[in-house]
Formats: sequence, structure tokens, C-alpha cells
Amino acid sequence: MTTVSSVAPRTRRNVELVLLLLAVAIVVLAYVNVGLSVSGAFPPGLVTHGTGLLAISLAFHLLLRWKAAYADPLLLPIVTLLNGLGLVMIHRLDIAEGRDITEGLALRQLTWSALAVAIAAVVLWFLRDHRMLRRYTFTAAVVGFGLLILPLLPGIGRTVNGSRIWIGLGPFTFQPGEVAKIVLAVFFAGYLVQTRDALSLAGRKVLGFTFPRGRDLGPIIVAWVLSLLVLVFEKDLGSSLLLFGLFVSMLYVATERTSWIAIGMTLFCAGAYVAYLAFGHVQARVHLWLDPFAPDQSDQVAKGLMGMAAGGLLGTGLGRGRPDLTYFAESDFIFPSFGEELGLVGLFALLVLYVLLVERGLRTALGVRDGFGKLLASGLAFSVALQCFVVVGGVTRVIPLTGLTMPFLSYGGSSLLANWSLVALLLRISDVARRPVEEVRTGPSPSGEAKTEVVAIR
Amino acid sequence: MNSPIRRLSTVVAMLFTALLISTTYIQFVQAKSLQDRPENRRTLLANYARERGQILVGGKPVAKSTATDDELKWLRTYPQGELYSHLTGYYSFTYGAGGGIEGAENDLLSGSSDKLFYRRVSDILTGKEQTGASIELTINAKAQAAADKALGNQRGAVVAIDPTTGEILALVSHPAYDPASLSSHDTDKVVAAWKRLNADSTQPMVDRAIAGNLYPPGSTFKVVTAAAALESGKYTEESVIPGPAVLDLPQTDDDLPNDFRGSCGANNKTTLTHALEISCNTAFGWLGMQVGADDFRAQAAKFGMGDRLQIPMSVTPSSVPAELDQPQLAQSAIGQYDVRVTPLQVAMISAAIANNGVVMRPHLVKKVTSSDLEVIDEPQPEQLSQAVSADTAAALTRMMEAVVKSGTGRAAQISGIDVAGKTGTAQHAKGKPPHAWFTGFAPSNDPKVAVAVVVEDGGNAGNEAAGGRVAAPIAKAVMEAVLGR
Repeated sequence: MTTVSSVAPRTRRNVELVLLLLAVAIVVLAYVNVGLSVSGAFPPGLVTHGTGLLAISLAFHLLLRWKAAYADPLLLPIVTLLNGLGLVMIHRLDIAEGRDITEGLALRQLTWSALAVAIAAVVLWFLRDHRMLRRYTFTAAVVGFGLLILPLLPGIGRTVNGSRIWIGLGPFTFQPGEVAKIVLAVFFAGYLVQTRDALSLAGRKVLGFTFPRGRDLGPIIVAWVLSLLVLVFEKDLGSSLLLFGLFVSMLYVATERTSWIAIGMTLFCAGAYVAYLAFGHVQARVHLWLDPFAPDQSDQVAKGLMGMAAGGLLGTGLGRGRPDLTYFAESDFIFPSFGEELGLVGLFALLVLYVLLVERGLRTALGVRDGFGKLLASGLAFSVALQCFVVVGGVTRVIPLTGLTMPFLSYGGSSLLANWSLVALLLRISDVARRPVEEVRTGPSPSGEAKTEVVAIR
Repeated sequence: MNSPIRRLSTVVAMLFTALLISTTYIQFVQAKSLQDRPENRRTLLANYARERGQILVGGKPVAKSTATDDELKWLRTYPQGELYSHLTGYYSFTYGAGGGIEGAENDLLSGSSDKLFYRRVSDILTGKEQTGASIELTINAKAQAAADKALGNQRGAVVAIDPTTGEILALVSHPAYDPASLSSHDTDKVVAAWKRLNADSTQPMVDRAIAGNLYPPGSTFKVVTAAAALESGKYTEESVIPGPAVLDLPQTDDDLPNDFRGSCGANNKTTLTHALEISCNTAFGWLGMQVGADDFRAQAAKFGMGDRLQIPMSVTPSSVPAELDQPQLAQSAIGQYDVRVTPLQVAMISAAIANNGVVMRPHLVKKVTSSDLEVIDEPQPEQLSQAVSADTAAALTRMMEAVVKSGTGRAAQISGIDVAGKTGTAQHAKGKPPHAWFTGFAPSNDPKVAVAVVVEDGGNAGNEAAGGRVAAPIAKAVMEAVLGR
């Protein structure tokens, strides 16, 4: 565990303020850039929109000063920048598709963003200590798995872009997997912090690896079967990989045993291979991945690749490319859209922002003192990394294409709601982690890790 | 739990490294090949977004882009339509650029050529609208129109070149087509036109002057045989050679008769000049066998046969068969058997004789200019080879003058101007009328233009066709147009 520094910890809220203003400035600049290159004039709503964005982010910043003064100062500026750039790109695609600003996707995304920020604020307000969540470990399990199978229910499940990971409720569509990711992380953290000793201590040593006992394999088998069910029935490798990857990584963090990763990867590869042999839609995805230009199949990957190629090193400039030629340019393929207009340089910048976001989350996991917090923070942070890998890897042909969205950038309410809440949780955990010990409020488990618990080895 | 968290961050670093590599691979390594893919709409749209350069003849556009208000922004139009179809080619959103300068100089016209790199950079820096380069052709508008009119509704081709520079003055291939039917933005109409043109048995989209199936040159090739004989030093234009009504070919039962069913002179003998004048098959068949296959083939190669030329469109190389026995050599010496030529090649033979034996590289591009009229490229005349000595060229000129003055080519006479020429009547398939040929140059004492004309299947004269009657008047019209008559 990290040693607690003896000097008085600083809140770093002023650093956050400066970075936040910088983030807002970059977004406004991008917005102006689109206006100038598309119509040669400043966007008509520049002052209103700019002030609105500034007001929302400053309000959240003030809430942090008040309710989570020691929270990580980088998280908010990073997600504000990503969310804002996503808005600019969606607005830019609205223009290309001839959608008026009042009925465009950008306005809806802006509404969702405001709602997502509000919910994140609520989370921060009421969740004064992340350990409160541990009480709901098994509620989280039920809710999480429920959300996961929701798209399969007849009547409300929707198949979009070949994947059945959406539900429709009246005019709204929602990707429950996004929320399930967080809820399941809470469940895994609560569950693993209880059983970690049993899972990590017992076992046989084979070839230098300590392998777990047969009976301890239960949980990973359950997670594996679930992820395979998602792969086969929801037809989405991304969700499947995200779910299983999240579990295996948290299991590894909990037990510190590399054998779990080896077992997990073997299981997943075997399962995926069997699914490939058995199901036509999985095969189609793999073929599209191996040869995106082959005739008689979807050309969505090819279109995205050509968009990125058109961008080259420096990009065409915002508003000067043709990202609207790519399918799902504002959601699944928003990354190629940025690649086309901001170039390789722009994509590197975006990827670095995500790396920073994830690494700040992992830093929080290192800093926080309780096991539940460590597991939750590392799980949440790693899920963001995995999701980026699955989405970007899908459009750049590292892995087969999936139907997931890029956190904060892509168009989609559920994604925004879930990811802003995720960041709120990380902010809360980091606040607890960096707050001086004497200031930690009394929570349900005041001494941090529950050392008194008796571990049953059976 | 901290050490697995640290290792997890290493895993994250690896995942993102994979993404950095994959994006770099696509946007940097693969970018060019992805952009060059034929189905890449972005590249096409980008080309359409820029104003494409004009193709000009005598300062007037024969292909230009006009602004439209649809998605493609620029519509390619061809003010002269069919007249220049084989020169301009077509520029189609559906079928790309092809068929002529549009295809051969696409990079320059679209503005993506490496030659325009520095200009592009300066345009980006100064924020100027980028446009393609314009291409001025060497074509003489009057000669082109005269050739088109004279050839009329007959299938065939006409080529005229300036013998001293190699500039192509007229290039006509009939039937032609309207390139505007392929450049239209109405995709359905374009597809229909493309299918119709490709299904047409007369092949209107084939440029017969430089490509296509090539033609047997017929008697026009006797000039090459004569050149080889004179260059050997064993013959002069006054040498007396055998010219019977029928030449008995060795190693075979076949004979080689004269078209006019008689002998070429008293006692079955004739001079070289007279043999050319009356187009004596037997004399040139015999002469070819005397010269020998190697020297005959070498002489043909010196005139440019077998060269891969770009004018800038690719020219199909003309050919003399690699293996020739004696009877085949006799047939080849009068332009039959498997000798195959483009009309451009035949024009180059006349041009070389007109230019003291020097073959100039034929070319169509006079000048490449940017949108602000700055000259980017101006091709200079270039010597391709020395086909015959100046003396031989002078002798051949005198012989060809005799053809027009008193021989088979009298229909090409222009009053007050000496014309040199040679007719041809090429058998190409049993039961089909022969192709009618004429090649020559004028004025023969100070050549300004060399021409080659081929009229398929004798044109409107059919079986009556002889090069002299059908093709020579067309050549005459073109030469008159160039000379301002």
C-alpha cells in the first residue's frame, strides 16, 4: 500500500479549474473551427453554447470543491474535453447530413450530457463514501445480470447493427450493457473482497503456477458461461469481452495470481473459437475482420478505413472531410470520423486522453486504502480501457468489429449516463483516497479493510 | 493488491500501444493504397471537389468543368463532343477517367500530380482554391475538323503529324462517341450509355489511330521495303529489278500476283521508282527477299515499329513477325502476311522520310499550364531514331512524289504544291473488301505535314476500293487544311 505522505495533502482544485478552462477553450475552438470551415462564419449560437458548456463544467467543479475536495484533479477536465469534442463532431455530422440544429443529434446529445452530469452530481452528493456500495453487493449482482439479459427479452430487445445489445422503451433506446458494466464492477468488487483469500491461498503448484482448486473455479466458470451467452445470443464480441475481461482483471487484482489470467484467457479463446465454429454470425464478423474489402459483405469497416486513410497524418481539418460517408459515423465509427478530420495526430491525442483517464483511475486504486475501493476503482478504470480497446480495435482491425460505443465521444444517452456515473464513482474513491486520514468520515467499515473477517478455507 | 494493479496498468499500456500501432498502420502506412482503391468515394469526391483542368485546342477548351449545384460540384463538358472524343477521352464518376488525355493525364488535370506538389503547398498556405492543370494540345483545329469531315461516316482513322517536331496535328478515329454521355451526373443514363457503347460491334470507344486491333499496312509498307533496299547500298531509285505479272514464290505453290493483273514494265522489268509509282507487288516481293528478313525487320524497327510509345496515351506497338520464311518475307514486303500497324506508325514512316530520315517522337501535349497560366511543362521535340540516311530520304521523297504525280496516288494532288505519298489496299479477311490506305506528306520540298489514312473495308466504295480512290482524297483534305489551302 502507498505510504501516506506526512505533508498536508493539497486539494489540487485550482489545477483542475485551470485544466477545465483549457478543456472548454479547446472545445469552443473546435466548434468555431467547424463553423468557419463549413459556412465561413462563426457558429450562430457560439456564445450561448460556449457559456452553457462553461456553466455546466464550472458547476460540477464547484460541487467537487464542496463535496469531494480531494478528488483527482485530472478526471473532470479529461471527460469534459472528450464529451465536448464528441459534441462538436456530432454537430459537424448534423451539418453534413443537413439536419437542422434544433432537430439534430447534437442537441439531443447535449441534453443527455446535461442529464448525465446531473446524475453524476447526484451520485457524488449522496454517495459520501464508496464503501456504502458494498452493502449492495448482491443487489448489484441481480441488477447487473438482469440488465445484461434485458436486450434478449422479446418485445423490448432491439437488434442494431447486427448486435442485440439495445432495448427500446417507447421512443427511447438504451444500451443496458453500459450500466451493467458499473453495477457488475460493484458486485465483483464486493464479492471478491470477501472471497479473495480463499481464491488466492489454496491451490496446487504446477509448472511454477499455483492453480486453484477445482471447487474454487466456480465463479470464473459462471462469468465465462455468461460472457459466452452474451457473445452467442447478443451477437456482440465487444460486450462479451468487456464482461469477461472485467471479471478476470478484478479477479487477478484480488488474488494477485497470474494463473487466473492464464485460465481466463484460455477459457475465453476456447469459447470464442467454439462460437466461431458453431455460429454463422460470428463467422461473418471474423471474415469482415480478416478481409474488410471482400465483396458480398458489409462494407462498413472498409468505409471507416477509407475515412481514416483520407485523414492521413494531419487530417483534413474539422468540417473539411467527408466522415458522413461512413456508416454510424457519430456512434460506433466516431473514432474514424476523428481520424479523418484530425488525422493520426488527433487520434493519438484522443488515445492519450483515454490513457490518462484510465491511469488516473488505476492511480486512485493504488491510493485508496480499502480493498473494496481498490477493486472497484481498478475494475472501473480497466473497463474504460477495455471498452476503448474493443471499439478502436474493432474499427482499426485489431479485433473483429463490435457494437460498442466510444466512452464520452460517441452519440448515445446510455453511454453518457453510464460513463459520467463511472467517473463520479472514481472521483468519489479518489477523494476518499487522497483525503487526509483524520478527515475520513466514518463509514460502514471505518478501519478500511475488514481484517477481522474469518476466512473459511474448508 | 497494489502490485497486480501496477501490472494491470502495464496491460492497459499494451492495449493502447496496439491501438497506436493499428491507427498508424492505417493512416500512415496503408493510407495511399486505401485512397487509391477504386471504390473509394472520398477520393472521387475530392477530385470532383477541385476544378479539373481544361483540355485546350488552339486556346479553346474541348473539355472543361462547369460548376453545378449537385453533390459533385463540377460537371465535365465537351464543347466539341464527338469530334474530339478520342483525344479528350471521358471523365466519368461511375467509370473513372479514360479513353484519352482525361485518362492519360488524370494526375495533372485533377491536380494530384507530383509535378504540382509545390504549387499545392503554396495554394494551401495562401488559402487559394485548388484547381487542376490545363493541357494545351498540339492539334490543329482545322486539320482535325477536315479529317473528321473527309472520313465522314466511314470506319477508319486519320493521323497527321508535323514531321519536324513530332507534334500530332490531327487524330481522328471513326466511329466516335459523345464523351458527355459518360460524364453526366445522371448515373442511370451513364450506365446505359456505357453498356450501349461497349456492346456496339463497331467499337466506337476504340481509338483506331493508336490502339485497337491494328491493320495490315498493305502497299504503303513498300516504302519500308524500298528504304531497306536503298540503305543496303545495292540499289538506287533507278535500279532495274524484275516485275512480272506473277511472282513465283519459292518453297510453296502460292504465287504473288499484281493487283492490276499485268507486268510492271517491258520485258517483265521495272525501275524501283516505277515499281512504287504503280505499286508493283511482284517487284517489291522480289526486293524484300533480296534484302533479307533481318535487314527488312531492322529497317521497320528503325521507323519505330515495336516501340512502346506514350503520346501520352499508350500506343499499341506495330509489329513485323519475328520469324519469316522466303514466301512470308515476300508477302510482308508488300505489307501483307502478319505485318500489323497503327495509322500513327504509318504516319511516322512518312514523317521520317519528310524529315531527312529522322523520326521525331510523336506527342499531343503542347503545354501544361496552371490555373494562373504559369507554364508547368512544355515538352520539346525529341529525336526518336535515324530511320534512313538523308540521301535515302531524298530518294524516297522523289519516288513518292512520282506516285502522286503520275501513279496510284494522283487523287492526293494539291495544285501548286508538290505532294509525296503512297497508296495501299490491304487484304485482311476472305470475302471482305480490303482496307484503303494512303500515307504521304506535303509540301515535299519543305514538309509541314505528314499523314496516314486508313478506311476500313474500303469505306463507302467497298470492293472498288483502292487506297488511291478512297483514302487519298481524305489525306489531301487534311494536308490542305494544315497548309491553309
